[in-house]
Amino acid sequence: MTELQIIFSVIFVLLGILFMLAGSIGMLRLPDFYSRTHAVSKSDTLGIIFVISGLVIYEGFTQSGLKLLLIVLFIALSNPIGTHALARAAIQKGVKPFFSEKSAEDNQ
Amino acid sequence: MEQFFLYSAVALTIIIAVPMYRVVKGPTIFDRMLATNAIATKTIVLICLIGFIFGRIDMFIDITLAYAILGFIGALIVAKYLSSEKAKLKREEVTHD
Repeated sequence: MTELQIIFSVIFVLLGILFMLAGSIGMLRLPDFYSRTHAVSKSDTLGIIFVISGLVIYEGFTQSGLKLLLIVLFIALSNPIGTHALARAAIQKGVKPFFSEKSAEDNQ
Repeated sequence: MEQFFLYSAVALTIIIAVPMYRVVKGPTIFDRMLATNAIATKTIVLICLIGFIFGRIDMFIDITLAYAILGFIGALIVAKYLSSEKAKLKREEVTHD
């Protein structure tokens, strides 16, 4: 365990927690469903990748480190796929976007 | 270093608790499902951090893999069901406010 490993691990974990905090605030503050999917699929995925990469750097090249890398790969594939499936279901069931033409008429 | 992981786990728990507001109050049923998906994916990281705190990452990593696959399959199945014809949603569950 070198000093450089610990420094990079701390930096990556803190960056990832910052991105996940941004995603959570986006879940609260954004106006409609389709914009909330951005908060979940993009910033959450990047935050999880950062935190687990920091843990991989701390763990080093062992069996657990390889499994953590597998988890990074799986999250990077599965989180956007799940969000995309939900958004497609919402469009098929007719959830209106916040800035659609009809809601623009309602706001006037 | 375990101290640092402990503090990050506490901060992560607070971050995970925030989307619960969207689960309880979300206007459409898709908002609730999206918030539960966000909670599930962040819990993966929390389990990894707990493994490092206890020093048993070789055991917790398998729990994490199983949890990730289960959460992904669950989200996909619910999305598939909601988009099918069988799901008859009420009007309040689809329109906003």
